[in-house]
Amino acid sequence: MGKMNNNLVQIADGIKFIPGASAIVAPLNKLINWGRAGSIWPATFGLACCAIEMMVAGSSTNDLDRFGIIFRASPRQADCLILAGTITKKMAPVVRRVFDQMPEPRYVLAMGSCACTGGVFDTYAVVQGADEFLPVDVYIPGCPPRPEALLEGLIKLQEKIMQEQGRWSNLV
Amino acid sequence: MITLTDTQTIDIPVQSGDEDRYHLKLGPQHPATHGVLRVDLDLDGETILTCDPKVGYLHRGFEKLAEHRTYAQNIVLTDRLDYIAAMSNNVGYCEAVERLLAIEVPERAKMLRVMVCEMSRISSHLLWLATHALDIGAMTVFLYCFREREVLLELFAELCGARLTTTYTRLGGVRQDVTRSIMKKLDKFVEDFPACIEEYETLIDTNRIWLKRTIGVGQVSAEKALDLCLTGASLRGSGVDYDIRKHMPYSGYEKFEFDVPTGETGDTYARYRCRMEELRQSNFILRQCIEMMPPGPILGKDAPDLIMPIKPANKLEVDVPAKNALITLIEDRDVFMEGDIYVATEVPKGELGFYFISDGMGRPYRMHIRSPSFIHIGALSTMGQGVMIADLIAIIGTLDVVLGECDR
Amino acid sequence: MEQLGIAEQLREKFTGSILGIITHRGQVTILVDRKDLFRICQVLKTDHKMTHLNCLCGVDNLKRKGAHLERFEVVYQFYSIDNRTSLRVKAQIPESDPVVDSITSLWTGANWLERETYDLLGIVFNNHPKLERILTAEDWEGYPLRKEYALRGDKEWKGLEELREKAVRLRKYDFYGAQIEQE
Repeated sequence: MGKMNNNLVQIADGIKFIPGASAIVAPLNKLINWGRAGSIWPATFGLACCAIEMMVAGSSTNDLDRFGIIFRASPRQADCLILAGTITKKMAPVVRRVFDQMPEPRYVLAMGSCACTGGVFDTYAVVQGADEFLPVDVYIPGCPPRPEALLEGLIKLQEKIMQEQGRWSNLV
Repeated sequence: MITLTDTQTIDIPVQSGDEDRYHLKLGPQHPATHGVLRVDLDLDGETILTCDPKVGYLHRGFEKLAEHRTYAQNIVLTDRLDYIAAMSNNVGYCEAVERLLAIEVPERAKMLRVMVCEMSRISSHLLWLATHALDIGAMTVFLYCFREREVLLELFAELCGARLTTTYTRLGGVRQDVTRSIMKKLDKFVEDFPACIEEYETLIDTNRIWLKRTIGVGQVSAEKALDLCLTGASLRGSGVDYDIRKHMPYSGYEKFEFDVPTGETGDTYARYRCRMEELRQSNFILRQCIEMMPPGPILGKDAPDLIMPIKPANKLEVDVPAKNALITLIEDRDVFMEGDIYVATEVPKGELGFYFISDGMGRPYRMHIRSPSFIHIGALSTMGQGVMIADLIAIIGTLDVVLGECDR
Repeated sequence: MEQLGIAEQLREKFTGSILGIITHRGQVTILVDRKDLFRICQVLKTDHKMTHLNCLCGVDNLKRKGAHLERFEVVYQFYSIDNRTSLRVKAQIPESDPVVDSITSLWTGANWLERETYDLLGIVFNNHPKLERILTAEDWEGYPLRKEYALRGDKEWKGLEELREKAVRLRKYDFYGAQIEQE
């Protein structure tokens, strides 16, 4: 056993690969988190200006696919909601409905000043921050943030997922 | 357990005698609606009986907010109107305010404005082509278009520090002068771009699916287009030669040589051809900009001071809001006259008009934005009647709408 | 000046309905009485080839003073693509009876612009096919662009309050929310 341990290759935090045996040794928590962090599928949900930068992040120059991030058109297949843009009061119930349609585990990224705090639009029609009605995991500042900032936010989300404990069963 | 009241239900009203009718709500979360547009459809099979677009999901109270900010502060807001072509909005807004306050703009600033306008026209049309083609089913065009668009966005970032929300213009000029590096990069872009347009055309021009899904779809006659108040390429595709750059030249457009492409058939394909030709014309204008760029200042002598309220406005009965204004007045000139003005500019989407009423203070009494997208989506209920659902997606794409501008 | 000529012709044709002609920065505005508004628009469209409706918006004149100014006005901007002339028409509308004739039968495109004016200012348009709220929510209260309406709204929209309650109610089904609730 001791001899085998020396041969293990660490491929991610706490996840070890046994060469030649095509087997992975890891605590279940870490293994599930590792799988989740490597396949964040956000729902295609553009609200305003930031959606354009989100599209750029997904296009050829920045290419989100290499992180395993693939945009899904249906919230049922998604595990991440990127709030890209201003959330107006009229839109807020719809945003919440999209979030409610997503299965657990689900994560929310507030992209841009408007989704974080309301931004410049301190008016009668705008919700002052998405956290009024949604549990936000990562905030990305900027108006709009550059695609690189969105990448940074997604990597932050991956880090957050990697540290989760027992988000896979009600029994834990 | 989640009770039934916690989950949202979708109600499908069935009217008696109308059991064949199917009611479908397309959006606001739908990848093909370009943002947060919602379209309520009554369907018979796949044929649309009535089409009722619902907007307002991005209504941020723009016009109300503008009344509470000074003319100079509002430039920031105009970026968020049509965020795909923020430069055009900046220019449109400043042209209107300058006409209202009678501020002179130096020649170099005018030329710079034309330059950034055409750059943003190209970037907007590229995004339109990318998403329109993606909606219809051509994925590759998306990747190609974003490649060139990125060059322009990085040029904007080099010019003013932001890719999308630029706030480049100032009342009486522009914020930054171009550097030699920007001109060199732009020159290279202008050199390479015609080949790129040809590349896009080879991708879709002879594509049978593209042709079948655009030719004859969403046809509008010239009279109908005028009746629906369409502008921009949507109107020119029907054969009406109406381009504000030619009709009411602003910012020195009269000095440039360019054609206004018009279509004949008024269908989606004609509008596609118009926009592709506009890409070439914009590139041609950019070439002229590079060659003709005059030297000189970039901010007019009588440009209002934006930095600090040094003293209260002169020659005015000072009211409380005017005291807080960030604009100081130049002596001997009654800039803030009472009155109103409507100034239209040709933005990539169509005619963007600003209507101002001034009551003699540093902030607008009323600002109305005539946004082309709002009117184009309004036309959707007429254009979408009797077509298939798939064609409706093509029509939404061809109208080239952006919801930020529509809902304001 | 061509615009003034058209304005003068209109003044002769509609005696008494044209309250005034204003020129400002080279743009001509005619103030009209609302009862003849539709006919004036019709004449402009047919006789003067003003086929393009640039702009239609409402204004709240609460804080402005001037001759003939009523509480509200609706502004129409017309343009003739053939003759390259433009003209602005303003109809005055009193506060007690904020009603004006719709021009949707002349321009279909005016439909949404009038709905917007109704939505934000509460001006009612006669003969409009579907006068409903458009930009704000259907059960919104108040007219945001009126001068007495506060920038941040007079009171919270009840849809948002319901949503906040719902968010609190549903928190226990959320992973982190449930942990907080247990504590």
